[in-house]
This record gives sequence, C-alpha cells and structure tokens, in this order.
Amino acid sequence: MTDAADEHRITVTVNGEPHAVEVEPRLLLVHLLREGLRLTGTHIGCDTTNCGACTVLYDGTPVKSCTMLAVQADGHEITTVEGLGSLSELDPVQEGFTIEHGLQCGFCTPGMMLTAKALITNNPNPSEEDVRWGLSGNLCRCTGYQNIVKAVLWAAAKQHGHVAETNGQGTTVSGRT
Amino acid sequence: MSQALDEVKIGGLGSSRQRVEDARFIRGRGNYIDDLKLPGMLHMEILRSPLAHARIISIDTSAAWAIPGVRLVLTGEMAAQRNLAWMPTLSYDTQAVLATDKVRFQGQEVACVVADDPYIAKDACEAIVVEYEPLPVIVNPIQSLAPDAPLIRDDKEGQTDNVCYRWEVGDKQGTDRAFAQADHISRLKLHYPRSHPSPIECCGSVADYNAATGKLTVYMTTQAPHIIRAAVALVAELPEHMIRIVSPDLGGGFGNKVPVYPGYVCSILGSILTGKPVKWIEDNFGNLISTGFGRDMYLDSELALRKDGKILAVRFHADTDQGAFFSDAQPSKFKIGLVHSAFACYDIPVGHITARGAYTNKAPGGVAYRCSFRVTEAMFFQERMIQAAAADLGMDQAQFRRINLRRADDFPARTPFGFLVDSGQYHKCLQLGLDAIGYEDFKREQAQARSRGRRLGIGISTMTEPLGAGNSREYDILGIKMFDSAELRVHPTGKAILRTGAKTQGQGHETTWAQIVSHELGIPADDVIVEEGDTDTAPFGMGTYASRSTPVAGAAVSMVARKVRAKARKLAAHLLEVSEEDIEWELGRFYVRGAARRGVTIQECAMAAYTNMPDGMEPGLENNAYYDPPNLTWPFACYIATVEVDPETGVWDVLRVVAVDDCGVRINPMIVEGQIMGGLAEAYAMANMQFMTYDADGNMIGANYIDYLLPTAWETPGFELHEVVTPCPHHPIGAKGVGECAAVGGPAAFVNAVMNALEDTGVRNIDMPVLPDRVWQAIQTGRDVSGAPPVRQD
Repeated sequence: MTDAADEHRITVTVNGEPHAVEVEPRLLLVHLLREGLRLTGTHIGCDTTNCGACTVLYDGTPVKSCTMLAVQADGHEITTVEGLGSLSELDPVQEGFTIEHGLQCGFCTPGMMLTAKALITNNPNPSEEDVRWGLSGNLCRCTGYQNIVKAVLWAAAKQHGHVAETNGQGTTVSGRT
Repeated sequence: MSQALDEVKIGGLGSSRQRVEDARFIRGRGNYIDDLKLPGMLHMEILRSPLAHARIISIDTSAAWAIPGVRLVLTGEMAAQRNLAWMPTLSYDTQAVLATDKVRFQGQEVACVVADDPYIAKDACEAIVVEYEPLPVIVNPIQSLAPDAPLIRDDKEGQTDNVCYRWEVGDKQGTDRAFAQADHISRLKLHYPRSHPSPIECCGSVADYNAATGKLTVYMTTQAPHIIRAAVALVAELPEHMIRIVSPDLGGGFGNKVPVYPGYVCSILGSILTGKPVKWIEDNFGNLISTGFGRDMYLDSELALRKDGKILAVRFHADTDQGAFFSDAQPSKFKIGLVHSAFACYDIPVGHITARGAYTNKAPGGVAYRCSFRVTEAMFFQERMIQAAAADLGMDQAQFRRINLRRADDFPARTPFGFLVDSGQYHKCLQLGLDAIGYEDFKREQAQARSRGRRLGIGISTMTEPLGAGNSREYDILGIKMFDSAELRVHPTGKAILRTGAKTQGQGHETTWAQIVSHELGIPADDVIVEEGDTDTAPFGMGTYASRSTPVAGAAVSMVARKVRAKARKLAAHLLEVSEEDIEWELGRFYVRGAARRGVTIQECAMAAYTNMPDGMEPGLENNAYYDPPNLTWPFACYIATVEVDPETGVWDVLRVVAVDDCGVRINPMIVEGQIMGGLAEAYAMANMQFMTYDADGNMIGANYIDYLLPTAWETPGFELHEVVTPCPHHPIGAKGVGECAAVGGPAAFVNAVMNALEDTGVRNIDMPVLPDRVWQAIQTGRDVSGAPPVRQD
C-alpha cells in the first residue's frame, strides 16, 4: 500500500508515443503497459523472468517487463508487439512467424517476436545456432521451436530482400545437432 | 461455370493454409483471460498453505480486512456457509475449495482476498494469519498404501486407508497359464515421474454475477466450457440456463485447463458476494504447485517370452499417486484412464492388469497432460519393456518388434484388454523410420565408436494409441456422454459461420474446421468463420483434450456440412427445374446429370434458401450435428532417437530424431507437423529434464521455472518428420487424432537410446528424467536408478 503522495511522475515513450503517468514505485513495467496503457499484447507468463512472454524492447534491447519497475523506464523508449509493424504493414518477423507456422496458442509469440527482432537487428545474418541461442530466454510449450527458428531465419532473409522459398509445407531444418 | 474447383486452392483438405488465428496473435490483439477488463472489476488473490499436511487451528483475517481497498476476505468457514467449502471432482471424489479442517498438500487454497487491485489483494493475503498444527506427511504411494499409514482423507466417510481406487482388467488365469509355459520372463519396474502440463498462460477467470438478472457469466481458461457449465450448475446450485461460460483465447492447455479449480469457484463466490465482476489470475507458482499434474505412476511388469522372440502374455501392476484429492479428468468407467491400451500394437494373446490409486500429501490432478488419459504412461512403459525384453533375449530391438507387431492384414483386432484396433501399417511405419535414421549404418558406427570408448545409443518407440473418446457406450465424464457437436449457418451470400463444442488452445480449429467445411461444400475456407468456447452460442460439446477434437468434433463438422449439402441439393433441383435424383455434385456445385454445363453453385443455392425456396420448404440453410463416434481412432507412429552419452559426466546429447506418424488423412499438413514437433519437444523434455518432485516434508521441488525445467530452443533437438497415411476406417474424412502422439510415444525413444548406450553396463532402467547425475550414478554402480520421491523416516 502506498499513498498517492508516494507516486512518481514518469515519462515513457511507448511505440513512439510519449506518455506522462503517475505510478506507484513498486508498479511493474508490464502492469504499466497492460493496465495503465491497455497494451495487452505483452503477456505475463511466469512472474520470475524465466519464460520471456513479457519481453519488450527497452531502447531496442529485449527486457523482461515482469521484473522491471515502471519507474526504471522513465525517459526511455519501449517497444511492444503493438509497435512491431502496423495493422496494415507487418514487420518481417511477424510475417515470418505466420508463414513458417511459428506460433500455435500465441501466448509466447509477442515476447518471442521482440527477442527475434532485436536478434536480427544486431545480427542480420544469424545461423540456426545463433537463433536458437538468441531465443533461449523465451519459452514456448506448443511448437517445439523448430518453426520459430525457421520464422526468424525467414525474417532475417526478408530484411535483406531474400525471401526464403520455404513455406512451412513439410520442410525441415536440421536443428542443433 | 464448368471448371472444377481446386480443393487445395480454396483451402480444403490437404491445404497447408496459413492460420486464421495468427492475424490477431502476431499483432498482440489476442483476447486472453487477463486481457479482459469489465467495468467495476475487482481482483482476487489466493492464500496458499505453506505446509503439506496440517490441522488449521485458527485463521485471523482482521488485519487483511483493515487494508483500504479490500472488499472481501473469504475463508473456508464462509464458503461452508454457502455449501461451497468442498466441490465434486471430475472423478467422483470431493476436493476442498478453501480448507476448513486441514490442509492436505503444500499450496492448498486456504483463503482469498478480493480487492480493488491485485497489489492490494496480495498485500492483504500476506496480512492473514493462519495457525497450523503440523501432521505427518506422506509423499510416496508405497508408504501411503502401507497398512499403518496415517489416514489422509479422514474427511471422507467410510475411508479407512489411503486407497483411492482399485481396478483390474484382463484374464488372470489365462495369463498365469501363459507365463507357466514361457521360455523366459522379462521384468521391469519403473516410475513415470510427476510432470506438469505448464502452459505458459496460467489459469484464470473473470466471474460476473448480475444480481438484477440472476445471470452468471464466467470468462475462464477452460478446455471444456460445457462440462464446466454443468459442473457450476451442480456445485453452485444455479440454474444452468442462467450460467454462461466463455473460454477466450487460451495460452495453451495441454490438459491443465480441463478441471474445475478452487480459484474459479472462489471468483464466482466473490462476484456473488460483492456484486461486482471479480478477476482471478493465477501466478505461475500457484499453477505449478496446485493445479492438475500428469503421470506419477509406478509400474511393475512382466512379459512371458518364447525363445524365438514371440511375446506370449503380459501382466503388470500400476500404482498411481493421486495426491490429496482424486481429481483426474478422465472417462468415469476407467479409474486409471486408458492405461490398458498398453501393448495394443503388438499381437499378444493374453494379459492381465491390476491398478491402485493412492492418496498422498501432494497436489491433486492426474490430468491427461497431452495425453489420452494415461496412455502416455502406458506407451512409455510398453516401449521400455519391449526394449528390456529384446535385450534380455539378446535380440535386435527392431527385429523383436517385427516379430511381435500386428501385421497390416490383422485388422480389426481385439486387444487382450478389450480395445478394438481397426487399422494399422506398423511394419511399414517402422521400416520407414529405420531407413530414415539409417539403422544398420548407425549400428556399425556405434560399434566402432564403442571400441574407441564413446557411447552411442539408438532408441526406438513404436506404438498405436486410442484417441478421440468416445463412443458414448463406454466413455462419459460425470455421466455426460463423450460425443461432440457442430452447428453450421450458411448466410445468403454463401459465407458461413461454424460453431463446435470443442475449444481450441493453439491447435488451430479456426483454420482447420473451415477446411473441412470447404472440403464438404466447396465454399472457400476464407468464407467460413469458426467460433468456439461460448456456451450461450456453441452447441453442447465435451471440449478439447485427449486429441479428441478432430476425431469427434471434426467429424461433426463433416456431418453438419453434409446435412447442409443435402438441403442445398433440394434447392439446386428447384433452381434447375429437375428432380433431385437427376442432380449430381462436384466440389462447390450441383449440376444436371448428363448436362454438366447446367449447374448452380453452392453460393447460388444459399441465396435461394433465403430468396427463392420452393413452396413448402423451410427457409434458411443451417443445421447442427451431434456425432457419436463408433470407435476411437488409432493413429500410430515410430519414433527413433540417437544419442551420445558422456560417461564422464552422464550428460547425453541427442544426435538425431526421426518421427514417422500416421494420423490418417491430414486436414492441414502444416498444422499437423506443428503438433507433432510440439509433442516431440515435450517428449524430449520429459526424458531429459522436466519433472516435479517433493522432499520428505512435502515441499514441492518444481513450483517455479528455476526448479521445473522446460527446454528452450537451445536444448531442444531438431526433428525429421515422415508420414504414413492409413485413413481411419470410420471417420467421415479418414482423419485421426494427432496432437499428443509424439508426446506419448516420444519419451521412450530417448530413454531407450540412453539405455541402449549403456547396454553393456548391466543397468536396465534409469527413471525419467534421465538426468546426468542419474546416468553417472548408473554407470558408476552398474545399478538401476529410481526417481521416486523419498519415504519419510520418522
């Protein structure tokens, strides 16, 4: 419990839009995004920084917003899934996830896509191993990861204008062996 | 028009159509339970017991009530005043909603708080003071079933021991006779560890009781909304037509979201008492420590063998650890699920199974975790036993399977435990797998590596499993028969809405059901939207679990589309001014026999149903179908894994994984492959790292993702997929269940591979997960390693 007097005024830019908000010091960033700004695309999975469902970009770096305080975002830029592409124009990562069937229930997907976005921004030509390592902070229970890996590789290729020929129809990638 | 439609192009059967669901999920526009916010909504948190077994001396809630923003502090005593302190389970037992007398497992629900926001509710939970008197704790069923064990369920009238159920099937005398004639008897004992489905989204609900209308709406994470509605009607004594259950987008289920949990009931009670909508969002700790686990079974089996490798008989005994309450979600006639489907793919003349369930001070559950009611334990055990028997006879494991697998012309066949297996090409499936992995080459490589001190192993798992409960003669839950349903409405312009009694949680029903409609009617799949999960609008169905949706609800979709087509045919006859007998059908179009150019499309028929129907015909083009399958479907598979074990550390790495699945006709191959890969990842997880156990004090080890290990993209191996297609003989489009096959059959392939690598050590079994320390210990001692939880010594 905190009094209103304890609230902090912060300014956070979310998906390019600045927001000036009053928050309790203990408010988690994920709750500011989901409840305060009603951006519900960022999901809460485990509360313990393990599953990565709540991953957002913090000045371009993936962070788990369930274990970050909203006040820590003061003066920073946050990107959520709602800011990844627009309704009409998808980001290559979003396209890749659909084309390669990189999602099933969709719950881990926003966090997975934002991690992937940072990954291929920093490493435009990732190997399969790079992708598997880069995504290892995000858990998925549905897909077995293989199609997620393909989706990220597809997105990396799309970034270069080399759209992969694979379309999820019976193709396989080798996996980490 | 006279050009025939291309079914794949319109998104029909066999089209790897992109998923309809993705459009919202990739944009963060899904609608999961925690995304729902109703006006005036309050928030609920649960206080859980820190002890596994204790008497409650007192609960002091005064400090919690004093916190501003707290609207309700609910205890078992208050719930009891509404007759809601206990509730029935799906297995005819009772389960505490909020503890009144004792707590019986760590994490049990003791009280809950409803407040203006979840932070306040959590603060108030911490302000509740509960005084406990600790009682002896039992976390091992062998100890629980011992004659002098302390009674766990003293709340149950007439319960004098910790036996939860006994069950038996098969022919004991015939089995004993066969064993007396055996050349060799192979025996294996193992424990299938307790595991948790652990969808990334935990459970939750928003209960909204409208005191003005008397209507209760509950938005909740459920795989089976209609069963929940019936259960709420019974538990809360509300009229069923005044209850609406809505299951929104689900962030995975895997069986975890079938049962009724105390949190749901408390949110309903909270809404009734406060007059406001009440939201409960479970955290990951609460999900892991209290909700439906899977497995936790002890198996002891023998195979009677002839020296040429023929299996003469099987017998086994299974003890299951049910936890504090028997809350398995499974058909009521089968106390240990379909464990008697074990060995269904093998031609074994006779067998006998005995089983017991035990109460312990552990979380209740026993849900079908990516599983058709304990077939996962059955198939794992079967394939471990097969490998051990082959090794005992000094026989090649593939050859031993060839000797005993049913042949393609053996069907239909009755198993010794009563199942009717209707089809299968097991030998073809096995051979495809062996060819894909390069079996003989690998064995040569293995021998060479062994001579250089490296330990390679290859594990095979072949199985068929019964998916798609039920038929209604044998399968029911709480007496409600396990059929399913579909309702199809075709609008005047030929677009349509389909609803079913199933509930997707990632399987892609919105995509694939439309493909079945497309196959039956020739309406492009993009012109059909699919809705599920709202009991006010969906036809009554039993929900999605146990890979039953395609076998049952999917069949209902075919059948309802055929009913609609039958009416459209009458409309076509009217439009074409010929008799119905002279009408022929091709995909999407009726035409006059002998005059193929004279025809009308299904869309033209739809328009006529509203604008130009013949005299006397009921307007409209819609129908529903309730489908009661004649049998289960019997998909089969062969999974093969190769591994290398490091004898210095006990670590094993997967080299390759080959999966050959026969799930009949594939509606959407892309989605089917996605299901198989997801199952393989869970198989690998169970074999390698994923389990929950307890210490002797009843503390759960595995109530967070630091202790409960789920594989990431880094650990998870790559998968090589192959297929055999044997259409299901009774399903309208020849499809079978698939979602769980790899999770059911896969674990044994990994474990068999590790055991194969250790074959010369004399070790016959290492319990899952096959952790490095267990492997190292086995190599060092030359003895089997058990994973069973401890027996308390006091």
